[in-house]
Amino acid sequence: MSGRALLSVEDVAVDLPTPRGNLRAVDHVDLSVGAGRTLGIVGESGCGKTMLSRAILQLLPKKARLSGRVMFDGQDLARCGAGVLRKLRARSLAVVFQDPMTSLNPVLTIGTQLVETLQEHLELDAATARQRSAELLAAVGIPAPEQRLAQYPHQLSGGMRQRVAIAIALSCEPKLLIADEPTTALDVTIQAQILDLLAREQRRRHMAMILITHDLGVVAGRTDEVAVMYAGRVVERAPTVQLFKTMRMPYTEALFAAIPKLDAAPHTPLPAISGRPPDPTRPLRGCSFSPRCRYANGRCQQEKPALADAESPDHRYACFHPIAPAAGGAS
Amino acid sequence: MQDTTQFHAVDPLLKVEDLVVEYGVGGRTIHAVSGVSLQIARGETLGLVGESGCGKSTLGRAVLQLRPAVSGRVLFDGEDLTAMRGEALRRMRRRVQLIFQDPIASLNPRRRIGDIVAEPLVIAGYKDSGERQALVEEVLNAVGLDPTVVSGRLPHEFSGGQCQRICIARALVLKPEFIICDEPVSALDVSIRAQILNLLEQMKARYGLTLLFIAHDLAVVKAVSDRVAVMYLGRLCEVGPSEQVFANPAHPYTALLIAAIPVPDPDVRPAESIAAGEPPSPIAPPSGCRFRTRCPRADERCAAEVPELSLVAPGQYAACHHPLA
Amino acid sequence: MATLELVVSDGVTAAPARRGRRLGPLFWAAIGWMALIFAVAILAPVLPLPSPTDMDMLERRAPFSLEHWLGTDGLGRDELARLIHGARISLVVGLCAPIIGLTIGGALGMLAGYFRGRFEALVVGSMDVLLAFPPLILALAVTAYLGQSILNLTLILGVLGIPAFMRVARAATLSLARREFVIAAEALGATHARILLRELLPNVMLPLLAFFLLGVAVTIVAEGALSFLGLGVPPPISSWGSMIGEGRESLDVAPRLAFLPAIAMFLTVLSFNLVGDSLRALTDPRQGAL
Repeated sequence: MSGRALLSVEDVAVDLPTPRGNLRAVDHVDLSVGAGRTLGIVGESGCGKTMLSRAILQLLPKKARLSGRVMFDGQDLARCGAGVLRKLRARSLAVVFQDPMTSLNPVLTIGTQLVETLQEHLELDAATARQRSAELLAAVGIPAPEQRLAQYPHQLSGGMRQRVAIAIALSCEPKLLIADEPTTALDVTIQAQILDLLAREQRRRHMAMILITHDLGVVAGRTDEVAVMYAGRVVERAPTVQLFKTMRMPYTEALFAAIPKLDAAPHTPLPAISGRPPDPTRPLRGCSFSPRCRYANGRCQQEKPALADAESPDHRYACFHPIAPAAGGAS
Repeated sequence: MQDTTQFHAVDPLLKVEDLVVEYGVGGRTIHAVSGVSLQIARGETLGLVGESGCGKSTLGRAVLQLRPAVSGRVLFDGEDLTAMRGEALRRMRRRVQLIFQDPIASLNPRRRIGDIVAEPLVIAGYKDSGERQALVEEVLNAVGLDPTVVSGRLPHEFSGGQCQRICIARALVLKPEFIICDEPVSALDVSIRAQILNLLEQMKARYGLTLLFIAHDLAVVKAVSDRVAVMYLGRLCEVGPSEQVFANPAHPYTALLIAAIPVPDPDVRPAESIAAGEPPSPIAPPSGCRFRTRCPRADERCAAEVPELSLVAPGQYAACHHPLA
Repeated sequence: MATLELVVSDGVTAAPARRGRRLGPLFWAAIGWMALIFAVAILAPVLPLPSPTDMDMLERRAPFSLEHWLGTDGLGRDELARLIHGARISLVVGLCAPIIGLTIGGALGMLAGYFRGRFEALVVGSMDVLLAFPPLILALAVTAYLGQSILNLTLILGVLGIPAFMRVARAATLSLARREFVIAAEALGATHARILLRELLPNVMLPLLAFFLLGVAVTIVAEGALSFLGLGVPPPISSWGSMIGEGRESLDVAPRLAFLPAIAMFLTVLSFNLVGDSLRALTDPRQGAL
């Protein structure tokens, strides 16, 4: 990792009390992102990636309990006061959510939402804020930005709304942008445009970015490092290129293999992963993936493997039987 | 009328002729489907792919007569579905089934699984409850669920993948000939998707089904389809054998779709946005070729003349005045 | 490699645990009061009570005593007996009137929400007209033409409640009618009747029932108000509302004559509200569970 990490998540765990027992949504996760770098977090639903992003942003539900440290720019966000957090939000930490229809206020115009954010955090006067808003909309590729300021979210298409959400997120020049499944709800051609936009803005502003997604294809081309999550833990972490070339953790390999590939012939049977992700209210004693893993043995069911590195310090995985490098690689 | 773009020597099981579906929303007309013709042979899987708003779901529902068509015909096994009413239509419904995108919403939250899967049998007039139960058990086993565990429970006790299996079981219990799958795996996790796709292939083989597989994910469509049809803003752009269309797309929109797919290979750099802009609204679609507003190859002819599906390669048809080589 | 997952006992969640709201002590207290009221109301004829209509002019406004547990009212009638018989009236009217609303309003609402179009416009329009009609005028008119009786009172309150139930049923139906499981039933060839009865009704029933309990509470108060004004049950039948009305004259001398029926009504209405609320909270999360 080049340079000091801008964001460092240290041994973070999130517990949620539910009627069925304690739910460990995030199970002792360590991550870091440097300035100007992109970290991709990949996992299926229920793996804890969204809870992790909420933990970083300190937006957890009231009943949740957080342990560990979230070091951002030298400060532990988990122990900051509300005033400090509010100042950090938008100015240093920004977020883009999956569904722009619900992340934008449906009864306020686009202009109002942008101007409000600018005025609140940058203390601009109304006229300057309005002008900046129009500039921002143009920068994110929205045609006729002046007219859009007076429109409401429902008058825009999904792709446009997401651009607006990105404009709002970028309006105060944050140091870190967290994009939680930003394109899952969008069409594939719009998806490409939005991801390009994010990459472009990130380069321009030398911003750090965390891209959360379930799609391995999205992280492949657009991230520097990837962390794969399963059942609340990070099970593999490596620079992107290295991860795809040598997958060590069987879950990563199985996940990759289960994706239909465009260059495969039709009717090729897909090697599906049997079973289902575990119930987070009933954590297993051993490795969470062991019931579905074809390499599992006794030790896997008794002990939880720690995220460790064997050969290179950059590439870590949590497995007792990692796939050997020679035989591994893209399925 | 657009004629026979696909040509099977064998008599097709489903034939859609120039179907037009429109509906009004708040005084304005949405041109959801504007003259689509296609044929599906017995035992074939036709993939129908397109982005949101292209009309593919509406087409699926219109084929099943769940949405009224403004004009055009749908011929199933030679009989005109659009002209059928009442009892005849209800009898036809047993041979054609539908699987939806949201598996949990497709199940009545207040009914037990056993009743849900038996419902088609009840509607079809199977009076003997013992016979119904036997058929339900058979089909639940076929989709990989244990009837003794599953039958008495309610849908909210199951995961998305399991619910989709239940929906597939419900669709299969009458042993239909033709199933329309409307985005059956889009709402499911990646690892579950593969399970359901494999299941669909198995069921197709076991029951001798013909499928119309509607999706927006090209890789998924390619994995299960023999032939694929690409739809944009209510019209078909391209039709042809899957392998061929993906390897050599003739229509610029197909090429755009393929290029936009994020490939899980870090060495493949994603191409810079090829076509900027958003799809136009189906309320006021562009004249002539509807894709011309986003097409780098468009010219005046594209605005003036609606391109028809024409042969560009053996078995492959594209509706374009300037198809890709 | 296994591609089919078989449901194992660990796959399916165990008996669905109570989600969210635990029914607190307040809920059980409400149930307790309701049970008590129902019990005394049903058993009133066999309870060893003095007659609620026997006037004892020598014992007017008598305080609590062993003979009259809660004293007597302005005309020497036993207060406790009148309260209990009043409960009968309140419960009968309180339950029967909303049932009219539930059945007629619920049916209209479901049909309107399912079929939409002109039929819906007609139903909603006529309900709006009914709502706009001042309820008191209607009560006055009916009692003037048809006379005062429990039946007429029940009918008035029942009819006045139809629009509200129609709204609830229609809203629930609208949100459900386009869900995939209804389309799936259509795709199977189910008739409209079957879809309405087997698919929609079980789902619409829950919010309707929760609203019904609240409707009972409102009706009891409405009946009380009408009786208070003299438009409700005719004397000498006792109703909590008319008892409050009669107690008004004695407020300075014997305030208990007004307050006892008021407290009884308050507790009963509160209980129905609490139970209705709890039921609604219980059923809502389950609807969209998972």
